[in-house]
Order: sequence, then C-alpha cells, then structure tokens
Amino acid sequence: MSLLVEIEKQLGNFHLNVRFQAETETLALLGASGCGKSMTLKCIAGIMTPDRGRIVLNGRVLFDSEAGIDLPPQQRRVGYLFQNYALFPTMTVEKNILCGIRSGSKAEKNAALTATLHRFRLEGLEKRYPAQLSGGQQQRVALARILCSQPEVILLDEPFSALDSYLKWDLELKLSDFLENFSGPILWVSHDRGEVFRNCKRVCILDQGASQGTFTLRQLFHEPETEAAARLSGCKNIVEAVPAGSAVTLPAWGLTLNCGKPVPADVRQAGIRARHVMTVPEGTPDAFYCTVERVIQDVFTTIVLLRPKGAASGAPLLRMELERDDWRRLNRPEGLWIAVQPRDILLLK
Amino acid sequence: MDLFPLWNSLRVAAISTVIVFFAGIFAAYYIARLPRLVKGVLDVVLTLPLVLPPTVIGYLLLRLLGPKRILGAWLLRHFDVKVVMTWWSAIFATAVVIFPLMYRTARGAFESFDETLAYSGQTLGLPNSWIFWRVRMPCCRQGILAGTVLAFARALGEYGATSMIAGYTPGKTATISTTVYQLWQTSNDALAMKWVMVNLSISAVVLLTVNMLERRDFLVSGGKRRGTA
Repeated sequence: MSLLVEIEKQLGNFHLNVRFQAETETLALLGASGCGKSMTLKCIAGIMTPDRGRIVLNGRVLFDSEAGIDLPPQQRRVGYLFQNYALFPTMTVEKNILCGIRSGSKAEKNAALTATLHRFRLEGLEKRYPAQLSGGQQQRVALARILCSQPEVILLDEPFSALDSYLKWDLELKLSDFLENFSGPILWVSHDRGEVFRNCKRVCILDQGASQGTFTLRQLFHEPETEAAARLSGCKNIVEAVPAGSAVTLPAWGLTLNCGKPVPADVRQAGIRARHVMTVPEGTPDAFYCTVERVIQDVFTTIVLLRPKGAASGAPLLRMELERDDWRRLNRPEGLWIAVQPRDILLLK
Repeated sequence: MDLFPLWNSLRVAAISTVIVFFAGIFAAYYIARLPRLVKGVLDVVLTLPLVLPPTVIGYLLLRLLGPKRILGAWLLRHFDVKVVMTWWSAIFATAVVIFPLMYRTARGAFESFDETLAYSGQTLGLPNSWIFWRVRMPCCRQGILAGTVLAFARALGEYGATSMIAGYTPGKTATISTTVYQLWQTSNDALAMKWVMVNLSISAVVLLTVNMLERRDFLVSGGKRRGTA
C-alpha cells in the first residue's frame, strides 16, 4: 500500500511543489500555517487540480498531467477528515454515517451502521444533529463516516485544531486507537511538532509551498537539515553561520563554536535549541560570556534571553530555557558564562 | 362576487413561482462559477427587473411577444398561438418581475454555504446531483424558502407588466390587482374594498407562513436547541 505524490501548482504568487511517498504508515505533513498543507490534501482528494505532476495510490493513477488523467473525487477512495469535520448539518448522526456506506442492501447497510456506531462508541447519539454534539463526538462521527466509505488512504487535516487543548490529549489517544485497524497510508497534517512526535514515525517538511524531503523523527529532531525543519522541530536559536574547518563562525554573535567534526562547506546557518544552552563556570574551554537581557517565567521552565558579549547591534538574542529551580539557584545574575556542546549545534543548509 | 380574479391570480402566481424557483436556483448556482466579468454582466442583467418600473418590463415584453414583433410573429406563424392578452401571458410578465427576488436570495444562500460540505460528500463517493439536492439545498433551505415565498407574494401583487401584456378581460385575464384598479376606475368602491381585503389577507397569511416555517426550521436543524439528552 503506498501513495506517491509529485505535484506542482501555481496559485497567484504561491507556488506549490510537493513530492513525497507514503507507505502503510502515518506520515506527517509538517509546516507553518499557509505553507500549502491543506492545498496538498485537496489536490490528493481531487478537490483541486494541480498544474503538473502525478498522484498514484496503490498503483492506481489518480492524477497524471501528462497522460491527461484526473479522476473525480468520487472515484479516488480518499478519506478526508476536514478541519471542521464537515458533517452534514441537516442530517442526524445516523444519516451522516449512512452517507459513507457506499454499497449493500438496506439490511446490510443497517448492520454496518450498527457495527460502526458500536465501534466508535456513538450509541445513543444516532438521532442527534451535529450541532448537538461536542467537538470530540463530531470528530468520531466524521471518522466513522470516512472509514465506512472504505478509503485506501486517509487524510487528516489538523484533526485537533477545532478543539480545546485540554481535550486534545484524550482525543489523540482515541484517534490513534480508531485508526489502528486501517491498513493504508495516513497523512497527518499538522503545525504542532508535539502532535507529530506522538503520532507519526516519519515527517515530510513543507516550507512556503515546497516540500523539503521526508525524514524520520530522529532525523528531524536530532539532525534537521534546513532552517524550516529546525524551526518546525522547535529550535528557537537560528543564526547565520560561516563554516570554519571543524567550527562555525556566527557573525551575528561574534562567536566561533567548535562542532567537533568537519563542517560541510554548504552550511549556511546554525541552530541551537534553547534547552541545549548551558551555564558553565567561568574559564571553561569554549565558553562565552553573555549578559542577561530578559527573564520570562513559563509554565514549568524559565526562559532567559541572553546577549552574547560580541553580539552585533540588532542581532537576535540567544534564548536559554532551564528548570525554574536551576534558575533560582543562579540568584539573578547580571551575566552568565555559556557553553554549547559540539553535538548540540545543528548545522543547517 | 365573481371569484375568478382570485383563482386567476393564484394560478399565475403559483406557476410563475415554480418556473422562477428552478430558473433562479439554476442561475444562482451556475453564475457563481463563471469568470468574474461574465458574472458581473449577467448579474446586472438578471437583477434589472428588480429596479425597472413594471411598465418598462411590460413594454419590453410587448416589443418581443406582440403579434407583430419578432418572437410573437414567429410563434403566431408556426404554432398559431397568440402569446399576449391570454390569462397565461401574465405568467411571462410575473416571472420576469419576480425572477430577481429568487435569484438574489438563492445566490446569497449559496454563497454562505460551506463548500467543504460538498467536498466531503464528493470524497465519500456521493454523486454531485445527490450532494446538490440532499446537502446543499437543505443547508440553504431557509434562504431559498424565503426567496420562494417572497417571489410568490410579489407575484400575487404584480400589476404593471401584467396589465400591459394580459390586459383586463373579466372572466379571462382579470387578476386581483387589475380588478381593484378597474373597480376603482368605475367607482365601485365597495367591491374594490372587498378585493383589497382579500389581497391583504392572502399576503398576511403568506408572510406569517414564512415566519412559522423559519421557526420550525430552526428546531429541526437543531441549531440552538438545548437540553435534549
């Protein structure tokens, strides 16, 4: 089971150029909002037509601009969970689910309906209208309706964006339970790296309409290759870098950091995660002095914004994140000696 | 009191409303999908009857359908039908006058429809015509219903274009509105007042029906219904 997507589309100033292949797995499409994630899903579902390219699902060509193939959405067998779930508001839960059951006699359809209501724990809600359901219940109905239509691929468009955050956690667990039996590719569109980390094994990064390759989670979080990937993986400090042997020079901060290994010549930027910025005693090799500019108390941690001693004016501040207790122990310093482990410096192209 | 004008008004209004119901919905649905320039031009043309005096519409229709005019002459020659001064001539006049009401309300309703509902129907494998009649129309029914009833009410009250194209022949083409005018002209005040009351009550009933339908609609769709566990 696999889905191959290689599409291009121009829409005004926006250029979409996406390539990836998904096997029987949950593949995340991770990108900032407005980067073309939903547009990609719409092209796969057949709601939008790409200008060029191919979409192949399990050997079936859904779209091929050269061969002139463009199957209507009805024939694609693509299950699409819309952000707002798109339940038909004038139909009850029962009728909504029946819309997904494509074939069979009336008795067979009713049997399938009963089984589905049970499986998705919707018993008792059959006669309700979507507006009378909670967000989580609506999502279950939408998912039930999609799975009844026997899709070969499932597209999840920001499945939790319409929900309160305190509900998300529970629903995330439920969603993965419901999807467990599905044997086919699942595309999970998200801008939330935590959601992706918990639910997916591989990630395709999208930046301003362009896909930047598919990575395993390990690769994304430990060795992201591009600025977009580093930002999406949660890296807060990204500055311009110049390779210098086995070190990088960071002109904005007037620093040269040891990377412990030869730095490839095409490195253009360096990233440092806020958690990897360490306070060290004065005189530690490779340490540099920073003044404390601002301290922000987050929910469980303290975020400290630092200005390296040699920083150019207008340079971004270095962001450090540490446990609240660790910060308290430092006793409101005016400045700190800072070091970054060579392996914690992300080299970005 | 001869009730023919009532019967005639009702049938003209009903038939033209049915025609305009489908024509207006069809136009609203397809014109929204046309390129901007074409859409703009068609929009103006189709909305014009709303702002033109009915006499101007009657005049234009006579220019087109009169026995010596292009279409009228052609119909007379080939089918031996005279399309003016019959009871059903009023249908042309009424349909043109009420068309914009249906068209504009249907368009407004369609524009507020959440297109992702249609998309989700398509990805579920539902045919486009099914989605149109079972998803789009029910979602837009409030607007479409309001447009239909408004069009019907306006059709009942049509006078100007109707009187020009169907004239006033008692027992043949007389409608409530033309009868009231005729009775007033002939100083038959008592009877005129009776017809005025008839017209007033029909219109009031129609508008009351809209209000009731809207309230019921509200409950069925479950929009704001509370406490039903």
